Amino acid sequence: MNYNWNWAVFLQISPDGVHTYLATLILGTGWTLATALAAWCMALVFGSIVGVIRTTPHPWLVRLGNGYVELFRDIPLLVQMFLWYFVLPELLPADLGDWLKQLPNASFYTAVVALGFYTSARVAEQVRAGIMSLAGGQRMAALALGLTLPQAYGYVLLPLAYRIILPPLTSEFLNVIKNSAVALTIGLMELTARARAMQEFTFQVFEAFTAATVIYIVINIAVTFAMRRVERRVAVPGMIGTAPQAVSH
Amino acid sequence: MFADFDFDVIIRSLPYLFYDGMTFTLTLTVLATIGGIVFGTLLALMRLSGIAPLALLAAGYVNLMRSVPLVLMIFWFYFLVPYIGQWMTGASRPIQVGAFVSSLVTFTLFEAAYFGEIMRAGIQSIPRGQVAAAQALGMTYPQTMGYIVLPQAFRNMVPVLLTQTIILFQDTSLVYVLSITDFLGAASKVAQRDGRLVEMYLFAAAVYFVISFAASQGVRWLQARTAIAR
Amino acid sequence: MHLKLISALVATSLGAAPVLAQELTGTLKKIKETGAVSLGHRESSVPFSYYDDRQQVVGYAMDLCARIVDRVKSELKLDKLDTKLNPVTSATRIPLMANGTIDLECGSTTNNLERQKQVAFTITHFVTANRFVSKKSANLQTVDDLKGKTVVSTSGTTNIKQITEIGAQKGLNLNILAAKDHAEAFLMVETGRAAAFVMDDILLFSLVAASKSPKDYAISNDALSVEPYGIMLRRDDPSFKKVVDEAMIATYKSGAINPIYEKWFLKPIPPKGINLNVPVSDAFKKVIASPTDSGDPAVY
Repeated sequence: MNYNWNWAVFLQISPDGVHTYLATLILGTGWTLATALAAWCMALVFGSIVGVIRTTPHPWLVRLGNGYVELFRDIPLLVQMFLWYFVLPELLPADLGDWLKQLPNASFYTAVVALGFYTSARVAEQVRAGIMSLAGGQRMAALALGLTLPQAYGYVLLPLAYRIILPPLTSEFLNVIKNSAVALTIGLMELTARARAMQEFTFQVFEAFTAATVIYIVINIAVTFAMRRVERRVAVPGMIGTAPQAVSH
Repeated sequence: MFADFDFDVIIRSLPYLFYDGMTFTLTLTVLATIGGIVFGTLLALMRLSGIAPLALLAAGYVNLMRSVPLVLMIFWFYFLVPYIGQWMTGASRPIQVGAFVSSLVTFTLFEAAYFGEIMRAGIQSIPRGQVAAAQALGMTYPQTMGYIVLPQAFRNMVPVLLTQTIILFQDTSLVYVLSITDFLGAASKVAQRDGRLVEMYLFAAAVYFVISFAASQGVRWLQARTAIAR
Repeated sequence: MHLKLISALVATSLGAAPVLAQELTGTLKKIKETGAVSLGHRESSVPFSYYDDRQQVVGYAMDLCARIVDRVKSELKLDKLDTKLNPVTSATRIPLMANGTIDLECGSTTNNLERQKQVAFTITHFVTANRFVSKKSANLQTVDDLKGKTVVSTSGTTNIKQITEIGAQKGLNLNILAAKDHAEAFLMVETGRAAAFVMDDILLFSLVAASKSPKDYAISNDALSVEPYGIMLRRDDPSFKKVVDEAMIATYKSGAINPIYEKWFLKPIPPKGINLNVPVSDAFKKVIASPTDSGDPAVY
């Protein structure tokens, strides 16, 4: 195998003259986590709203929610990112489009929005499954006690549902972290993009990708560990296991 | 907004998009699904086998594949497969592989982790009584698995496996990062060559949507038809 | 007398061997065994190697590689030699050479000393310079004009590395985007996402010529460096390099290089029939007169 290994390449200075390659990878990790967290917050908000409206007794709201979920689930994430990044600025009035294109961190904002909407559809599925898994009795009892529908959701259903769906939500969060790598195609210099850049400048393919792989594994383990502790603390006594989950990755 | 939407560029490039691009995408999807299910079933059996080293190996593999982004795996295998081929066949130089073979290996191995988890859930959902009855009849482990457990597990998990296939179909678009001409790659090339980003990307999104939506509706119909009253 | 006997034995064995006197090694061995040579080509490096409108791979470097393949075929005395075509990008060409996917890369790859640590190059087939293209309306003439702006280049090229280094050295505070190929990078400038695209001037030239409105663009006079292009092959493979070099030198010395150059630079080329009209530069004239495979820009 004619490949010359050079693990010391991490300590070389990258072409920008300031950071070592290892430092660029860490910077990339920072962008990965920032994108993932921002997108996750957005996904939780939108996903919860859509998940809730899909379980209301209003048929047109349910259909709206279903349409939202189908739209964002049936188009690949990469295509969605391209639509937000390349197509949207062209469809807006010229000034707005140009302003969007000239934003200093355009790829970051675009990645967050695209990833946020994509993940929100999946969160909506989980939230809906969580609410549906609660015995219908909970909703009926709440309504019988005189709570309005919004109050029933806010005080009774959602607190229970979130605690039940915490495990699948954890795996969705891990998915968001992995999916952030797709943003390299629109210019976001997150971890995978940095590893690729390092490979291109130094030709040390395996060193660069091994480092990125290790970092992703570490993030994965850390998040899984942390979430498992949270799950144990908030587990609803008497309700074992999870809501039926959509297959996801 | 849509004043000068150029439908002509879409119509002109339809043959290229579908003959070159979509056939790559569909071929990759189908072959990776078959390979992934086969390898995934193997992984599931390893994990459930009770032999600690095998179970650990399979679990480690699945966890590795599920921790790392698919994009990173695509890069890994693109550069790595020739070396693996050389090591496996003991050849004197790295084996030449093309873009398609490299993508196929990547997706098969990556999706095998997910198909494996699905099959594992399927196998575990078979009542223990089935296995006990098979053993009482004097069947060996391979016979039990091959005639009794796996067929039932497979049948039970068909909707979930198909859903995962739809996800795979969408994920094939990621070969874009290697400038490989799948459906999205073909649409991008036309878009860049003719400067028609809006038309081509919207068209690509629409095609993916129609196919995925139709497929998921199909799975839902299949689920309704084959739902066994338990 | 012993000497005569030994010479006779050597001569007989030479005559008996159907191929080269010494045993084949490296790429030549591989080509002989597999009966095929694998060429890496670009998808949009006009006019070096690119897809025409019928998705066929054509180009100046492809024609030169065809001559190299002919030479290899006759050297190995093969009846049939398949040519396999593999598309590569700036970022994948070197790793794919190293892992054996391609034997020759026929494109617009700069030959420099750093890359010679990973791969080898044959005789230079073009000499270009690293410049940038921008919209005329932006009025960007020199590298210093780029201060604070968004600049795009293609991944894996010497150009992106240079602009990163120069940007850092001069404190230009550039926002550098990496596109995965030249067409995507040019699109960034076209759509206003980037102020300038830094790339070899001949490639910029052909991108502008093929664009929707060539008059809107201006290529800088400022050149960041001199870039000699060479067809790439594997390192540490002297027998193969010898055959390739000989093919290139023969092409230059016999004058066959002239019609090939004219075909791609001085006549209309596919897909749009545009004539780039780039006469042979003085630097390249020197190379034709005394062929060199040097990676040192000072030579040119």
